[in-house]
Order: sequence, then structure tokens, then C-alpha cells
Amino acid sequence: MTSFALHESADDELPAWSLPRDAAERIPIDNLLPARVDRDWAIGGATGAGISVCILDSGIEASHPLVGEIKSAVNISVDENENPVAADDTEGDLCGHGTACAGVVRALAPDAEIHSVRVIGAGFSGSGSVLIAGLRWAVQQGYDIVNMSLSTTKRRFGDALHELADTAYFNRSILVASAHNMPVESYPWRFSSVISVGSHEEPDPLVFYANPNPPVEFFARGVDVDVAWLGGGTIRATGNSFATPAIAAIAALVLSKHPGLTPFQLKTVLYLISNNVGGEARA
Amino acid sequence: MPENEGLHAAVAAGVLPAEDEFALLLRSIVVVARAIFGARGSSIFLYEPETDELVFAAVAGDDEQGLVGKRMPSSRGIAGWVLSSRTPLVLEDVQQDPRFARDVAEGTGYVPKGLMAVPLLHDETVLGVLQVLDRPERAAFSLREMELLGLFANQASIAVALLVAARRARSALAGHGDAAAVAALAAAVEALEGERRAAGIALVDALARILA
Repeated sequence: MTSFALHESADDELPAWSLPRDAAERIPIDNLLPARVDRDWAIGGATGAGISVCILDSGIEASHPLVGEIKSAVNISVDENENPVAADDTEGDLCGHGTACAGVVRALAPDAEIHSVRVIGAGFSGSGSVLIAGLRWAVQQGYDIVNMSLSTTKRRFGDALHELADTAYFNRSILVASAHNMPVESYPWRFSSVISVGSHEEPDPLVFYANPNPPVEFFARGVDVDVAWLGGGTIRATGNSFATPAIAAIAALVLSKHPGLTPFQLKTVLYLISNNVGGEARA
Repeated sequence: MPENEGLHAAVAAGVLPAEDEFALLLRSIVVVARAIFGARGSSIFLYEPETDELVFAAVAGDDEQGLVGKRMPSSRGIAGWVLSSRTPLVLEDVQQDPRFARDVAEGTGYVPKGLMAVPLLHDETVLGVLQVLDRPERAAFSLREMELLGLFANQASIAVALLVAARRARSALAGHGDAAAVAALAAAVEALEGERRAAGIALVDALARILA
């Protein structure tokens, strides 16, 4: 892994985060962004190929025609220290929700790799711990994008989620998180290191809007969405849960075409091509 | 539980409404939910931590007989997902989901076509799940309805939180001999009216000063 600490102290474990006078020439960075960012540059012809998208949810139904190949599937539990324990998931989806999210991603980014990390289903009592363990495990795997169409209202988990969201950000994993549908405080969608998503009511899955009044940053299609569900079928569903994978998929399209983008740059690109900013790019 | 807390809970329990009044409160919530959305039915599941299960606590609709008290695992089905994820869901055409249909049919004998399910959140705690079944078909669901569902669920959550706290107080009282005596005294004073009530409170006040 590249270290960005160029001026290290005697103690290697405590690098000085500074840039000596002669070091700037050692860190040239190509500017990947053109003078004008539009949809054609950002996602034109993109399929999500080469990008891994993790669905942190209730599992994914194997062989669902609207989901296709699932690259990997694990079920998360916690050990006595609340560290994640990942086991191959043979149960699929216990609810249908994870399958729905995976289907939304597949529809928009057909060549993206989809991975399932199941954090729902072990009973309610440990659900907060399992959610954090699952996110920790997903961040450790280095997925390009992690879709979190869920959140927790427990404040004691807030700090751990904040730290994980920042770790993901610096490791160039994009966390795309659902804003809560109700007026409650929940995490991690409120953190600025994630991309948070609410719903709009329009039918086009590629139409999305930047929100000038965060913490919700983008609005995507989340009302009356026909989504994949259990038994190989579909259901018509409403909720920010289904808007979130639309943004995750659009992010996958951008990254598949421009793989070097940082999360900060990616969010900027999403902002620039959103329908209320990009202007001419209206779908 | 510390002695003082037990006594406080006992006093609270002594003046709390009876269990059947809570049943009326829960039923009122589902009746109103059904009316707001013009739905065929509505139900409340309460989460029971001791068994990690969801328990049918109130039902309004055509098929409500015998459902109250039925149980299901907390992580199962759509209600389980809503509980665990603390996130509302609005689904149509749920009959296409064979597992859902089977689970629900086993529990209720009635399979809805569509449902809205919303967690009952109170502060950091999720107390259960409110469901609204089979709204009339409309051209499109709107975010305004989702907002209304969230607002109503918040109000219902406050009522349910009071109920859960009251049950906890009663539970604390159970088997607590000293507290039971205090609760009985509180309940007796609470039941008095007019001059007898004033005299009762004066007596308790005098007793408290003597014992202090």
C-alpha cells in the first residue's frame, strides 16, 4: 500500500503527516477530471465491468434471473469480541430485500461483480453488532462499492460506524447508504464520508438529483420500483432502500470507466452529472 | 433492581391503567392506521426480548379473530427485516413471494396483496412493527404517504413506549413483597374521590413524615 506520509519520524509507526520542500515532485497526480464533466464522459458506454459491488443486507437469492451471477455470498456473525466471522452463505435471502437491491444494481450496471454480505437473519437481539461486523468485513475486503440500504438508530454504534466509514473512504471503498425514511437519527448515512441517498418519485432509474440541503446528498428513484424478490419474481416496492442501489450502480458505471477516481472525486462527478446540475444531460 | 427503583416502579404500577386499557390503546392505533390509509387491515407486532420473537399485539381488519398473541421469529419475513433494519418498507404484489405468502398464511390465514411495514422506533429502541395491509390500489404510491406513515408510526411509538414501560413496572413489582404493599397503597389512594381522597393523601403524607 502506498504511504502518503513522506516525511517520517524516527518512529516509523508515528509518521509526520507533512510534505518536505523537495518531496512535492515525488507525488505527481494525474488529473482524471476533464474541464467539463458530463454524462457521456462519466458513464457513456459503461457497464460496471471490473467493479465489485457488495450488497450488505439480507442475502441474495441465488439464480434469480434479474440478479444473475453472485460472485460471492457470506453470512456474518460475531465472535465473543464482536469481531466479524464470515461463513459461506447457503441460505440465500431470508426476506427478499437484499435480492431487490442486487437486482437494481444489475439492471443499471450489468457487468458489475455482485457480492452478498448477509447481516440480517440471525435474530434481532444482535443485529446492531452484526451490522457493524458485516461492514467491517466488507471494508476489509476492499469492495469498490458497498450498498447499505439499512441503518441503525443505536448511538453507541455511531462511533464505530463513523470510523469504518472514514476507513472505507481512505481505502477508496465507496459506501452508499440509505437515508432513513422516517424523521429519526440513524447511522451511517449522516456521515459525510459516505454517499447518502433518498427517494424521488420519477420513474427513470437514471434520473437523480443532488440535494442542496444535506445531509441527504442525492435523490434517486425510490417509489413504485419493480424489484427482484424471492421465488424468482418481482415486487413493486417503495423506499429509500431501492433508491440507494440505483446510486450505487451509477457509481459503479462511473468507476468502471474511470477507475482511478477517489471517493471525493466520484461524489463530485455524481454531483456534476445529476439532473439538476448537469443540465443538458437530462435523461 | 435497586430497592428505590422497585418501590418507584411499584407506585407507578399502582396508578397505571389496567392491561385491558392498553389493549384498547393498541387496538385504537391499528384502527386509526387502517382508516388513515383506507386499508383492509392493520396490525402491530411487539418485539419480546426474552424470546427474541415478534408477537401480534393488535389487529384491525376482516381477519382479526384469534391473531393476538401469535408469535414469529424476529428475523423472519418482511416484519423481521423491518425490525432488524429499523427501516420502513412499502410493497405491492407480495403474493408473488411464495415464502412470504406461506409464512403469513400460516400465521393469519390471510395473505395480503400489498403492505406497508414500519418500525416502531422510540429513541434508540425499536419496539415492534406496525403494518398496514392492502391499501386501495392507486396509480402510484407517493412520498407524501410514506411521510404520513412515518409520522403516524412515531406517534404510535410513543404510545407503545408508555405501554412497554408500564409493563416493565408491573414486572418489577411481581414477586416484590415490599413494593407490592406500596403499590397497593398507591392504587387505593388513586381510587379515592373527593374528601376521602384528600384525607387519604394527607394520611400518606403524614406517614411519610413519620417514617422519614
